[in-house]
Amino acid sequence: MTDMPYDRAPGYRPRPGDTEEATSSGAFVYTIGLLLAVLLTATSFWVTNTSLLWGPGIPLGLAVLAIAQMGVHLVFFLHITTGPDNTNNVLALAFGVLIVTLVVAGSLWIMTDLNSNMMPSATLMNMHMDP
Amino acid sequence: MSIAVSIDEIHRDALPGVSEAGPAAKRIVVGYGFWIFLLSDIVMFSALFASYAVLVHATAGGPTGGQLFNQVSVAIETACLLASSYTCGLMSLAVRSRRYVGVYSGAVVTFALGAAFLALELREFAGMIAIGATPQREAFLSAFFTLVGCHGLHVAGGLIWLAVMMAQVAVKGLRANVERRFLCFSLFWHALDIIWVALFTVVYLMGVRP
Amino acid sequence: MNLLGKLSWSAVPFDQPIVMFATALMALAVAFVLGWVTRQGYWPYLWREWLTSVDHKRIGVMYCVLALIMLLRGFTDAIMMRAQQAVAAGDAQGYLPPEHFDQVFSAHGTIMIFFMAMPFVIGLMNFVVPLQLGVRDMAFPTLNSVALWLTASGILLTNISLAVGEFAKTGWVAYPPLSELQFSPGVGVDYYLWSLQISGVGTLMTGINFVTTILKMRAPGMGYMRMPVFCWTALASNLLIVAAFPVLTATFAMLLLDRYLGFHFFSVAGQGNPMMYINLFWVWGHPEVYILILPAFGIFSEVIATFSGKPLFGYRSMVAATMVICVLSFLVWLHHFFTMGASADVNGFFGVMTMIIAVPTGVKVFNWLFTMYGGRIRFTVPVLWSIGFMVTFVIGGMTGVLMAVPPADFQLHNSLFLVAHFHNVIIGGVVFGVMAGYNYWFPKAFGFRLDERWGRASFWCWLVGFYLAFMPLYVLGLMGMTRRMQHYDNLAWQPWLLLAAVGVAVILAGIVCQVIQLAVSIRDRQQLRDATGDPWNGRTLEWSTSSPPPAWNFAVLPTVTAIDAFWNSKSALAKPGTSAQKLEYEPIEMPMNSATGFVTAFFAVVTGFALIWHIWWMAGLGVFGAFLTMLAFAFRDREEVEIPASRIAQFYRARPAEIAR
Repeated sequence: MTDMPYDRAPGYRPRPGDTEEATSSGAFVYTIGLLLAVLLTATSFWVTNTSLLWGPGIPLGLAVLAIAQMGVHLVFFLHITTGPDNTNNVLALAFGVLIVTLVVAGSLWIMTDLNSNMMPSATLMNMHMDP
Repeated sequence: MSIAVSIDEIHRDALPGVSEAGPAAKRIVVGYGFWIFLLSDIVMFSALFASYAVLVHATAGGPTGGQLFNQVSVAIETACLLASSYTCGLMSLAVRSRRYVGVYSGAVVTFALGAAFLALELREFAGMIAIGATPQREAFLSAFFTLVGCHGLHVAGGLIWLAVMMAQVAVKGLRANVERRFLCFSLFWHALDIIWVALFTVVYLMGVRP
Repeated sequence: MNLLGKLSWSAVPFDQPIVMFATALMALAVAFVLGWVTRQGYWPYLWREWLTSVDHKRIGVMYCVLALIMLLRGFTDAIMMRAQQAVAAGDAQGYLPPEHFDQVFSAHGTIMIFFMAMPFVIGLMNFVVPLQLGVRDMAFPTLNSVALWLTASGILLTNISLAVGEFAKTGWVAYPPLSELQFSPGVGVDYYLWSLQISGVGTLMTGINFVTTILKMRAPGMGYMRMPVFCWTALASNLLIVAAFPVLTATFAMLLLDRYLGFHFFSVAGQGNPMMYINLFWVWGHPEVYILILPAFGIFSEVIATFSGKPLFGYRSMVAATMVICVLSFLVWLHHFFTMGASADVNGFFGVMTMIIAVPTGVKVFNWLFTMYGGRIRFTVPVLWSIGFMVTFVIGGMTGVLMAVPPADFQLHNSLFLVAHFHNVIIGGVVFGVMAGYNYWFPKAFGFRLDERWGRASFWCWLVGFYLAFMPLYVLGLMGMTRRMQHYDNLAWQPWLLLAAVGVAVILAGIVCQVIQLAVSIRDRQQLRDATGDPWNGRTLEWSTSSPPPAWNFAVLPTVTAIDAFWNSKSALAKPGTSAQKLEYEPIEMPMNSATGFVTAFFAVVTGFALIWHIWWMAGLGVFGAFLTMLAFAFRDREEVEIPASRIAQFYRARPAEIAR
């Protein structure tokens, strides 16, 4: 088995130098990640509760903040980079994101379409609302 | 005569890339396998998310998210889980540099924060059930309890795993396979926080808006 | 509080003679096998060499054995259905009452897809892929064993349902509201759900294992474009497993919550949405059929290239087509429910995508044809299966593209035309493929070839039988006959159903021929022995090992410099001037055998059975037992066993034929 510097396990950050230095620089990375995540979380809560923003745009804004925070986690906590030693990890992540998008977006599109086409009339609706 | 040639006779420069370098080291193999598992877990959550999104308005005349969710509680839960992700990162650093005190203390704090998250979540569930907002009442609540509950189950599983890992460190020390398992645990724990980001955004924050 | 939940003696269907007869037969068969093993004293050997083995070759063989046994069970269901439909016309009621008939077609579908096709395909991949990649084992050997035994647990639970309780009557897809507690109050749907959840966990483990192995563990020099095509199709199939099976797990979990805890995911009361089950089920369901067919495509690529004596035509386009199919298979799932009420743009999009996915498949067919063109073809049994596949699968694919047109599908959905189509592609594609693979790789696994004569007989019976059994179904579908009918009034349908029953009898003859083929081959194994390890003049690395290969596969990992690595080195060796190399053997570390898989599966069966019958304390014990098993595995001291160099040297000294190459 080889241990080439071409490949890296996900979540594993290669140790640059000696122990002490690596630990402190490692802790620095995690700290930056934490601060960014806290900032994004606080912003999300503020966006939800503020009246300063245009209403219909808020869900999109929340989604963007959430995706940004997921990115922060991936980069700062999971050490996923775009270097050549990380290609397999990024490809796997991209595949996962693709599947998630297809499942969620596809299901929502289909179900909304079905629901609107198959919505029962008012009398039927009243009949089956009883538990 | 055999067609096999010993790997030592190949000059390292002659192997151009990682795809031709032969089998990878165990740490990479284990880490990658667990990464694939995590992605499959995220796909499972996405199916639950899709169901939630479809059923979010199926309240059958009962309470909606806006009426049920407490943002303060959610904020504290988020803080706990995020902090536990941070302490988990510090714990991984301690594992890497073989500092046992750092490992144990990081683990204890991570465990405590994770347990706090679970306790708050259970309190929220109990509160909802007490006022009759049970998952058996309507589809929206079924979806909510399942989605958030599934994440909570994963957190609980992670806490049990962390406890077992502590026992392993105590019994076996920081051997190579124990270190690989810590790598898997930290991957798992960070991924749970990533899923929580999606969860609190979609369920709680988008849910409390009128 | 009843200690045994819902379980009581009334669970055994004493009043149903057919079921009791089948149960007795099954019990006798099991007792016979267990008794014979005990009498011969084989238990220690079986436990040490097979049940606790983590060797991918052993696990692959066990998967295939499970699949072949379940083929018999699923085929028995098929015979029962054909027999019923052949006679139950007009006034005649047939011999199978509706409640039983419903269980038969549900069990047939569930068993054939989950417990025959999946294990067979996974078994062949397990055996072959590490050998073709030039490595010693899979990435996670113990996980491999756990996956096998969890699949066996699902099989056991499904078979227990014959004797204790009932099976689902909902069809193999178990749509709500029929599968909800209100309309299926019995344990049938619970048997279905728990068997599949348990084996689904195993399948997911397999998917993770293969993706990691293929992407991270290949012999030195084997870059991606030097991998055998079978490994590419295995990669695509397992990526689909990793992507699709979690959706099935979530869907079944939601149905279980509805049934056990009164949730309202799919029940109309409480504003649940049954259509969402169907949507999510097929998000899994369509990739599932590609999970089955892609490895079969890979088998055909290997077989056709080997027996044409030529490299596979268009390697790059094969790889591209495989990965395109992998992605596209996630974009077509709505074609399973065109008629559920989506609007024209939704139906249109998925209809077009379904037609598009036929294109890369067509690329593959042309590549196989061009591989054969200009080659010196040896018409061995695997090649017969391959040619049968090409004709049959293309017909089935064409009917699929026909139904991809939503207006056409509105006429044909859930008719026998649909049934004929999917049997056409699954039998013509998957079954023919695994039969080809079975004949092709049997000598590698056991050291002797299968008898050619009986193999040819079995192929022709299967081929003729298939067309006799399923072409009438196309006609019947166009005549308006719906699927799953226990009885019908239109007497014009009966002649076609009688013809179909004849076809099933011919297929039965084919299966009998295969059983005889196996018996004859074992009897004549000395004459059929494969002494060189390369009986077919193969092209890929598995043929460079002895038959069967040693536990460690390769004494030294081969270095690969081109596609068709073995063929390449064979031609290099044939040139004069290449000298033999004296090998220095080094000790090899192999993963240790482990009872983890078997014991975990035992607890899985206990838990599943307990949950089905609402025996909560037993379920808790089962889960706890599984947890303890995991702990035992986590805390074990030794993970590997070292094979000394002397034993390796001794192995190769005894087999000069392989080393002399």
